[in-house]
Amino acid sequence: MNINPTSSKSAFWLGYRDNIPFWLIVAPFGMLFGAVATEAGFTIIQTMIMTAFVVAGSSQFTALTLLQDGAPTLIILATSLAVNLRMAMYSAALVPHLGRAPLGMRALFAYFLVDQSYATSINAYTDNPEMTLIQKCRYFMGSFTCLLPVWLVSTYVGALIGAKIPPEYALDFAVPICFIALSAPMMRSLPHFMAALVSMGGTLIFISAPYSTGLLIAALLAMIAGVQTENWLKRRADND
Amino acid sequence: MTDPLKIWIIIFFLGVGTYLIRFSFLGLVGDRKLPKWFTQHLNYVGVAVMPGLIIPFLVWPDATGGALDAPRLIAAIAAFGIGMWRRSALWSVIAGITTLYTLMYILG
Repeated sequence: MNINPTSSKSAFWLGYRDNIPFWLIVAPFGMLFGAVATEAGFTIIQTMIMTAFVVAGSSQFTALTLLQDGAPTLIILATSLAVNLRMAMYSAALVPHLGRAPLGMRALFAYFLVDQSYATSINAYTDNPEMTLIQKCRYFMGSFTCLLPVWLVSTYVGALIGAKIPPEYALDFAVPICFIALSAPMMRSLPHFMAALVSMGGTLIFISAPYSTGLLIAALLAMIAGVQTENWLKRRADND
Repeated sequence: MTDPLKIWIIIFFLGVGTYLIRFSFLGLVGDRKLPKWFTQHLNYVGVAVMPGLIIPFLVWPDATGGALDAPRLIAAIAAFGIGMWRRSALWSVIAGITTLYTLMYILG
């Protein structure tokens, strides 16, 4: 399939289309959240308001788990918000592409800034440097228009069913495969590989850092590793 | 039974806090120029965050009580390799899911 991303209308549909594979992941993940939330004592209203207002599955699961463990409110909030701090990095990474959009639109985009919309958009922007601001905005809109309804409906279905989903379906694999599918197409060069290696190694080393901040430490080190590798390759090419 | 007020407080502050995190740079920096060294690092945000999110699930999967699990590990490698080769999330998801289910069926 070949849709021209440089026409504005098709930019929206390209963003939409590039996110369709994630239906396979968002739907079971949403159902799982709905089921676990109602099991944890949430009403359907509470479950739906949380899922529509927060729109960040892994932090919602973190909050649920800690609630069930009887953790204090402040600890629950600090830990779940730390899980979402990575989105500040996504937010910064989108500035060079979407920063010139009107404030109202950026405020709307912020609400929909999830792993999938960030990753698919940044990949499209990098692959198509000729995209205009409007096309970039439309692509981003397409990405979240594709996934948000699936997330909401599947959470609702999960909350209604409530029953445990059989372990044979291996739904625990939905999260890792989601991030694998998002990051594999990003491996463009040696510096990207180095960053990914440092990210994995660092997360394992700092796994017991408080409030799950290990990932953030690892991510900062990984970005430095990527840039240093890039600079080293440049210096080596200059010397040849 | 958890206190409903506690649930509402957590929903509210998690929602507001998450929004502010997302809004941060995109909302406040806007069209001002970021320093070059900064944007150079931002090129690596995706590959710096996502592999780190994956690795605990692979090394200590909850479903197996934290033991390394061959089907999950091989499926992850398949998803990663195919996704990278085809530069496609779709093929990555398909490769991962079919590898996992096939191996669980054979070894299961």
